[in-house]
Amino acid sequence: MAGMLLSEAEKTFILRGAESNFRVDGRKRLDYRPMELETDVVSHASGSARLRLANTDVLVGVKTEIDTPFPGRPNEGKLEFFVDCSANATPAFEGRGGEELGTEISNSLSRAYQSSYAFDLSTLCILPGQQCWKLYIDILILECGGNLFDAVSLAVKAALHNTRVPLVTAAAMDGAQVELHLSDDPFESKRLDVSGVPCLVTLCKIGDHCLVDPTAEEEVCSTASIVLAVSENAFITSVFKAGVGSFLPQTLHETFKEGQEIGIELNEALKAALEREEKEREDNEKSPAIQRYGFLK
Amino acid sequence: MDLISDQGLRLDGRRPNELRKIRCKLGVFNQPDGSAYLEQGNTKVLAAVYGPHEIRGSRTKALHDQALINCQYSMATFSTGERKRRPRGDRKSIEMSIHLRQALQAVIKTELYARSQIDIFVEVLQADGGNYCTCVNAATLALIDAGIPITEYMVACTASLANGETPLVDISHLEETSGGPNLTVAAMPMSGQIVLLEMSQRFHLDHLDKVMKHALRGCQEIKAVLDKAVRDHVASAGAACNWEFKTD
Repeated sequence: MAGMLLSEAEKTFILRGAESNFRVDGRKRLDYRPMELETDVVSHASGSARLRLANTDVLVGVKTEIDTPFPGRPNEGKLEFFVDCSANATPAFEGRGGEELGTEISNSLSRAYQSSYAFDLSTLCILPGQQCWKLYIDILILECGGNLFDAVSLAVKAALHNTRVPLVTAAAMDGAQVELHLSDDPFESKRLDVSGVPCLVTLCKIGDHCLVDPTAEEEVCSTASIVLAVSENAFITSVFKAGVGSFLPQTLHETFKEGQEIGIELNEALKAALEREEKEREDNEKSPAIQRYGFLK
Repeated sequence: MDLISDQGLRLDGRRPNELRKIRCKLGVFNQPDGSAYLEQGNTKVLAAVYGPHEIRGSRTKALHDQALINCQYSMATFSTGERKRRPRGDRKSIEMSIHLRQALQAVIKTELYARSQIDIFVEVLQADGGNYCTCVNAATLALIDAGIPITEYMVACTASLANGETPLVDISHLEETSGGPNLTVAAMPMSGQIVLLEMSQRFHLDHLDKVMKHALRGCQEIKAVLDKAVRDHVASAGAACNWEFKTD
């Protein structure tokens, strides 16, 4: 995070903490901070999720639109990521100030989702070569408290899990014109399969050690970080290094292993949380008061 | 489409002079100096206030006798029915930012903070009519949360005229787009002064008084809700320090 000023003593404190496996907030190197997740918070979107990871706050909305597929990939739908860094997070994002960070995050997400193991785009095809669904995944960053990549990817996965694509009951060609019939019942819809969707895991290098889920202060102290996209079945769909520092090949290999294990755990925890929420909502459906906390909690 | 049914109810089941349900919370975020979340029906807005702080960017913008108020209005790309391409920077958003500044500058005691700047950012998460009003109300709450001195509540409300005779208060998106007139008023409800007034479409001058009166009454009702929220917030924040707090 830009604009955060740390004294030399504070930096040394964080560095020593990372070395002795006891961080400033009492966590170990490979511990995450507690998270809050809620899906279906924006009624205008087909799917949405809000994730709060300590001070990091992310809101994701998914919208569906009908589009024509790319000529080279007639059987596939489209995904588009857009990250908007709201000025609510920091005044530095005012106007076009957040665009650079936004592009970095959206590019890293589209790279992670590019693999066919990650997301099956053919499920978004309506009529091969003619019509397909385009999912606009809009990410709104409301507060930055470190570890944006992980928070955003988790929220995106939750929002995709929550997304309902309208059901196409009939599709026919009438000359060059395509005729589509969408189901009249808004509750009749298609869910997306998110089992292969990866989560990003950031491993932040402070001193000689790597730690996960850095706070904004720890991010200032770190020279380099590795971001892995890990799916539930242990596939790594993308890797990139951020920051100015460097890694040795040996440490890099170890880091990957650590990151992969954490990624699997993270995916499992997210899946469990989503299932729990869904079950609670189903149970609540009989009683009139269906609670949505949103920002009122 | 009739805006009022034969039973005298509106499309969403409200009576003509009824507001939408208001729910709000102060202090939703930690990083800004003040923040608030406000929803009026399905319109949901987040506001954040930073400052007063040193002028950012060029110093030439500094005012020697008062604080500079900087507002930004932006809408989430998923907030509207059809996806928005850009969250901010379009004409409509810029106009909204200017109007927001105009309204808020009237209540903030800017003379107390010479040569400094106060940033007010509002983010529309879901738009369902009355966006400007919800933003003004949320920004007022955020200013109070930030502890910035204001002379009184700045509250905004919309009103319309159905079938050329019945005034409607706090109109929704459906009522906004169905072609009726749309009067937006930002006012200081305690002193009864009007800070911003905007109208689209037309109705006969004879009706203006009636519609305006309803909009102002809407402002007063909103103010009562906001005031209660502020009192409750202060009471719960103060309870942590064992304050004796009486609510009447």
